[in-house]
Order: sequence, then structure tokens, then C-alpha cells
Amino acid sequence: MGYFINTINKSGTVAVDDTILVKDVPATAGSRMLENFKPLFSAEAVERLEKAGYVIAGKANVGEFGLDLAGETSYFEPVTENGCIKGAAAELVAKGEIKAAIGVDLNGAPRRAAALSGVDFIKPTYGTVSRYGIISCAASGEQVGVYASSAADIKDILGVIAGHDSKDGTSLPQEKYEYSLDEDVSSMKVCIIAELYEKADGDTKAKIDAYAEKIKSLGATVETVSLDCVEQAQTAWQILMAAETCNNVSRFDGVKYGYRTPEYKNIDELYVKSRTEAFGFLTKATVIYGSDVLSKGRYENCYDKALRIRRVVCDKVKAILASYDAILTPVCGKTEYKPYDALGAFEKVYEESVFTAIPSITGLPALSAKGVQLIADSFKESVLLSIAHGVERTEA
Amino acid sequence: MKYELVIGLETHVELSTDSKLFCSCGGHSSPKEPNDCVCPACSGMPGMLPVTNKHAIELAVKAGFMLNCKINQYTTFDKKSYYYPDLPCAYQITQWFNPICVDGCVDLGERKIGIKQIHVEEDAGKLVHDEATNTSFVDFNRTSVPLIEIVSRPDFRSADEVITYLKKLKSSLQFAGISECEEGAMRCDVNISVRPEGSNELGVRSEIKNMSSLSEIKDAIEFEKVRHVDAIERHTEMLVQETRRWDDVKRRTFPMRNKETAADYRYFPDPNLMPIVIDDEWLEEIRASMPATAEEKAGHYEEMGIAAKEAGVLASDRKLSDTFDKVVAMGCNAKTAASWILTECMGQMKRLELTSLEIEPAKLARIIELVEGGEITRAAGKKVLSAVFENDVDVDAYCEENSLSAKIDNSFILETVCKVIAENGKAVEDYKNGKVKAMQSLFGCVMKELRGNGSPDVIREMLEAELNK
Repeated sequence: MGYFINTINKSGTVAVDDTILVKDVPATAGSRMLENFKPLFSAEAVERLEKAGYVIAGKANVGEFGLDLAGETSYFEPVTENGCIKGAAAELVAKGEIKAAIGVDLNGAPRRAAALSGVDFIKPTYGTVSRYGIISCAASGEQVGVYASSAADIKDILGVIAGHDSKDGTSLPQEKYEYSLDEDVSSMKVCIIAELYEKADGDTKAKIDAYAEKIKSLGATVETVSLDCVEQAQTAWQILMAAETCNNVSRFDGVKYGYRTPEYKNIDELYVKSRTEAFGFLTKATVIYGSDVLSKGRYENCYDKALRIRRVVCDKVKAILASYDAILTPVCGKTEYKPYDALGAFEKVYEESVFTAIPSITGLPALSAKGVQLIADSFKESVLLSIAHGVERTEA
Repeated sequence: MKYELVIGLETHVELSTDSKLFCSCGGHSSPKEPNDCVCPACSGMPGMLPVTNKHAIELAVKAGFMLNCKINQYTTFDKKSYYYPDLPCAYQITQWFNPICVDGCVDLGERKIGIKQIHVEEDAGKLVHDEATNTSFVDFNRTSVPLIEIVSRPDFRSADEVITYLKKLKSSLQFAGISECEEGAMRCDVNISVRPEGSNELGVRSEIKNMSSLSEIKDAIEFEKVRHVDAIERHTEMLVQETRRWDDVKRRTFPMRNKETAADYRYFPDPNLMPIVIDDEWLEEIRASMPATAEEKAGHYEEMGIAAKEAGVLASDRKLSDTFDKVVAMGCNAKTAASWILTECMGQMKRLELTSLEIEPAKLARIIELVEGGEITRAAGKKVLSAVFENDVDVDAYCEENSLSAKIDNSFILETVCKVIAENGKAVEDYKNGKVKAMQSLFGCVMKELRGNGSPDVIREMLEAELNK
């Protein structure tokens, strides 16, 4: 317990977040609801890893359905180190216990967890890695990504799991993706989004500044730009994410599998008691919020508007990426988080999501590398990996 | 005051696809054991994603063509959320924002019924309640089976129009291979209101949910008309917009619990399913694969020399017309084939209480061939047909086993004729004394001896020759 919810093979080198299915191994998604849920099949990403010869070490602990900051809402003993919140998979990579892990990024949790543990996590372009076999919440933005301690390891694992899968209707048609660490960083132009930089605390700003200096030392230019829709992107993604999550977790109703309340008088009571007893506070808040934004009379001004904002944000970010190879931003507002009162979870995650929302809502690839975030245009993962690889070498 | 009915229909029809709408489980097919036809996707397990069945989309487009609709070449799927144990994901995938077909019509001859839209959606499962153990079971076999919902405009003015429309819909959909439209596989929600004749305003509407039998639909509409008129004229009750059900035992509608109807379905576009774009090429491919309509078929049959009324009956049912087409293709004369199907086959169907024609066209063609070629008598042909309907026998083997051949040896007929003459002295004498009727009696005896075989003309000839010797 703690880091692994279930150990599969002690000599394994890759961990799988517990929001991703491995055949016959319980997949809890960090929720009491799925405490004893054994999936009948493995996720496509897991199948591909195994086919490529990787041995799965176990199922890493996650926050309930992956909705939180970095794993603190897990029903199963969340991980903390020195009194600070840590993500299980990221911390296992940081400790060198595994080479890499795969996880689902739906609202930034793995990107934040990587930053808090000083490792990397890539959320690739939406549609490049199959979502078949993940405990899906925010279908329009979630992606399976890779945790590792170097850009080189990320490149290896991502190259294995990316590629078309006919079992996922949102999977893009390209069969295979080739990633590289060797793009010419010296000719690249990178920009920092002023509005996001200003939202971070001093330590985080210092990290960004230091990272910018290293990029410059590689010959790239770094400039500051303005993006006037970061808060709209944050709120819009919050709406879409919560609505989709509310809808997707509605299948966890105590009827077919998962937790069922021991006593009930009728079907309504079975639903209400099972879900009340098995879901944590953040999931409940997300369900209520998601339900509200889809309700009659609210749909036009909430959900539908969020869809329209998504388009505007995409256009504006794409416009920046027409002039720059990559965007550099904070991935968390702070460098560490103390455990907090669960009743504040919804606001807490919302507040932090301003940094992670743009890649989530646009589907653009993002790399959380050593405490900062790099964003590039669709399919330009190699730009991100080459920058991170170059920066790693300046540190070596 | 005279009142008129204003009725609109929402008709759900199961599509004839080999697999379900979003997974590869078998789709429309015969009843199985509960939960035989279920996978992680259609039972709502996490991790599975929907992948659209292309054939279902094509069938829906065909339905659009049949009903003169405009096809939306950009169409999307949406989620409709509600909790019920027969709905494993707690949402149904349907089309709310961009239905696949819009603005069509169905011509009922005197009147036209507008079609507002046709949309594709998945069916729900089935609950089975066991009173003995006070337990409810869920059967997901039907979950995610593809349906189309055909939404009419409120253009019906009588129960008869509704029934005519539904019959026509059924035959059109069967013809195009869109749906088998089997018993219970076509379900209707009937929206009904009443207003003074000539008025343009709409009255208070009730919706009668989930009706599948035509006679019940008719009865429910008649019941509602009386209820609404009574409420308006005699203030028997206060009409409210509500959803009702038909109670077939009490022969009346009753309101559903308010709770069931107050739901907010929280529709939103399904992010797991990309919009479907039907380009011109695909659209034309689907159009080219459309079979002839019932009207076109009937017209074609008339050209083949079949009377209008008979052509209409043949064309109205796919099984009848399919059998007819095949039998004719095997070389049978069209008029003869029509008469065998409409008289003899339908006679057998009536006798055996069958709702559809189930006969191998090759067997029917062989029977017709034998009768027309004089190999067996028409009476014998009917006997074989009856055996085919009952036990699906082999035509030639059955004829042989039962000595049905009309071409029996003439010497055997002569032998039988002589035998009958020898055994019926009285009748022979009568005949010789001029009683013509006696001839008929002797003829009957010979036929009886030959068990209906042998050409009647030959028998008569021989009998006369022997008697006149």
C-alpha cells in the first residue's frame, strides 16, 4: 500500500497508474467504488508495453479517478514525503525503483506530480495514444502519458505506446510515431506566457527563469508573450472536464460491479447510498458541478459556451505556436503542497489547473520537465523532448 | 361542437445489423439466454470505448431516402443521461443536436404526413422481475442494439391514419432491408391532443409511451379522444400535459408516475465519437444500393400481367415478394406463381397460423413445375405443399413415396378400370340403361382406387371405351 496498490512483478521496470486497466489485476482508480473491480482486459497501452518486452511492476496509487492535485485523494493511503503531497508513480521514478510509468492526465495531476518529484511527464497530442482500457473521465482531453526521469526514457516508452488503435474512436489514423531528441534547439524560439508566469510563487518563477537561461545557453531565444484567455481556458476546461467526468462515473452505480451499499430498500436508495458511501468529496463535488453545467437552462451558458471557448483558446494558442516552437510555463503555482482539508479540494484543484488547462483543453502536447512545463504544437513532441534533453545535458 | 384529433408519432425501429451499434456483439437476432450477447462495452465496464457501426449509419440513411428526408451529411452522437438498471452506463448514446435525417414525408394518398427527423440511437436492456424471490434481474442482450427513431410532425387526424402510416412504414422498412420490423420490434410513442374542428391552436397534449400493437394503438387513441373531449365539454377532469401508458387489461390509459417524466436528460455531444461526415460519394453509394419500393414493385408486377390488387398484396410483404421474385426467376410463369403464393401458400399460412411466409422458393418452384408439366395433379400439388409447410419435406421424394405421379402406367389404369367395372355391376347396368350419372360414380371409384393419381381425361376415356364395348 502507499506507492503500489497492487504489485504485479517485483522485477518489473514499468508501473501503471491505477486508472489504467491490466487484465485480472484490480483497478481501483483510487476509489473505494472500484476496490474489488477486476478488469477483463488490459489497456492498449499496457498491451503494447508488454509486447515490446516491458515487465509491469504494479499498479501505482492515484487520486480518486485522477481528478486531484497529485494523488492526495486516493482512498488507499495517499503518498506523502516529508509532510508534502507526492504522486506515487512520479515518486517511484524519482527513487529509481522503476524506469518509467504510464498514467492518465485529465486535469494535470501527473504533470504536477512529476514536478513535485523532480521527474518528467509527457501528455502527448490528443489522439496519439489509445484511450482503450483507461477508466475514462474527461474523454475530450484526457491522454495516456509517460513518467520517466529523462527525455530519452520518455521517448522510448512513448514510441512504444503511441499509434492508431481501432478500438478507440478518437485515436488518430497514423499507425506509428517516431520521436527524436535531436531536433536543432539552437534555432528554436521559445516564449513564456506572462499571465501564467505572474500567477506562480517566487520559487516557481525562479525555476522558470533558470530553465529559460538553460534554453538560451543552448542557443534558443526566449521571449515573453501575452495570452489573454488563460482564465477562460481554466474555467472552460473545468466545465468540460467536470461534465464529462460526471457522465462517465455515472456508470458506477452499485448495480453491476464495484461497491454496493449493504442495505437498501429500493433502487433509488441503492444508487444514492452506494455512491455516497463509495465516492470521495472531490468526486462528489465534480459530479455535482458537472451535472449542473449540463442541466436544462444552464447548458447554453456553461457547457456549450465552454465548447466555444475551447475553439477560441485553440486558435489563440495556435497563433502563438505559429511564431514560436514552444511555450514555457509553470506547471504548478508552488513547488510543494501540504495535505489540506478535503472539503477544499475542488477549489484547490481548480486554482492550480490554470497552469495545466491549456494543453488539456486544446489537446496540444505538454511536457512537465523538472518543475516547468513546455507546450508545443500538435505532433511536435520531439521539439519538447529535444529541449528537455538539451537542458538535461547542460546539467550533466 | 365537432372535435379533431392532432397526433404525432415517435416510432422506434430496430435496425437489421449483424452487430450492435457500438461494439461487435451480435445485433438483431433471435432470442437467446439472458446476457448471452454481452461484452464489456455494452455492459458498461470502464475502459471500453464506443466504435460506430458503419452499417447502422447506412441503414439510417436508407430510411431517410425511403421517407423522402434530407440527409445531414454532418451528423453527431450525443449522450442522454438517466439512471436505470437496464442502462449500464447510465447514459444512452443518441442523436440530439444533429440527427442524421430531417424534413421528410410519408404519402398516405389523400394526405401527407411530415417527418421531422430520423435519428440513430442505442436500445436499453431489459429488467426481469422475479416476484417469488422479490429479485430483479438485468438482461443486457438488447443493450446497444441499434434503433432509429422516426419522429413525425403532428399531422395525423385520426387513428386510422396512424395505422395506415405504421403499416406503410413497416412495409417500406422491410423492403429496404432496414428493419425486420418483427412483432414488438417497432415501438411507438403517441402524442395526442384534441381541438375544435377548424381551430389552428393545439390542445393539451398527452403522450402514450411504448406501444407496439396496432390494435392497442388504435384503441388507445380512441380512448384518449373520448377522455379529452369529455374533459373539454363536461369538465370531467383537468387536462394536463403528461405521459401515460396503455393498460391492455383495463382497456384504458393511465398517467405514469410524475417522477419518471420530470427527468432532465443533460444532453451533450459524446466526446468519444467523432462527428460522422457522409461525403457525396458515400451518399451516392448508399442511394445506389436502395432496393425498389413497394410501389415500384407493385407497378413492376402489374407489368408482368398480374392484377393490380394481387400485385399490391404481393408487394406489401417482403417475404411474399421475395418468394415470388425467386420463383419467377426459376422459370415459373408469373401469373401462376402469384396464384400459388396468394391462394395456396397464404391458405397454408392461415391454416397453420403463420404470420410470415417461410418456404424455400426452390421447393415451391418445383411443385409448380410438376403441376404445370402434368407430372402431378393440382390436388397432389396442394398435398405436397401442405407437407412442405408442415414438415419441410423434399418435393420429389415425397411424390414418389406417396405415389403422387400423374403419369402412372396406362395399363395399370386400364386394369383398375376393368376391376371397377367388374365390381360395380349395378352401376354398369344403370349406365347401360341410360343413367349418365352412373358414369360419374364409376369415375369416382376409379379415382379412389388410384388415390387421386392419373390423368382424369385418360381415365374417363378408358372408362367410356370399356363400358361401350
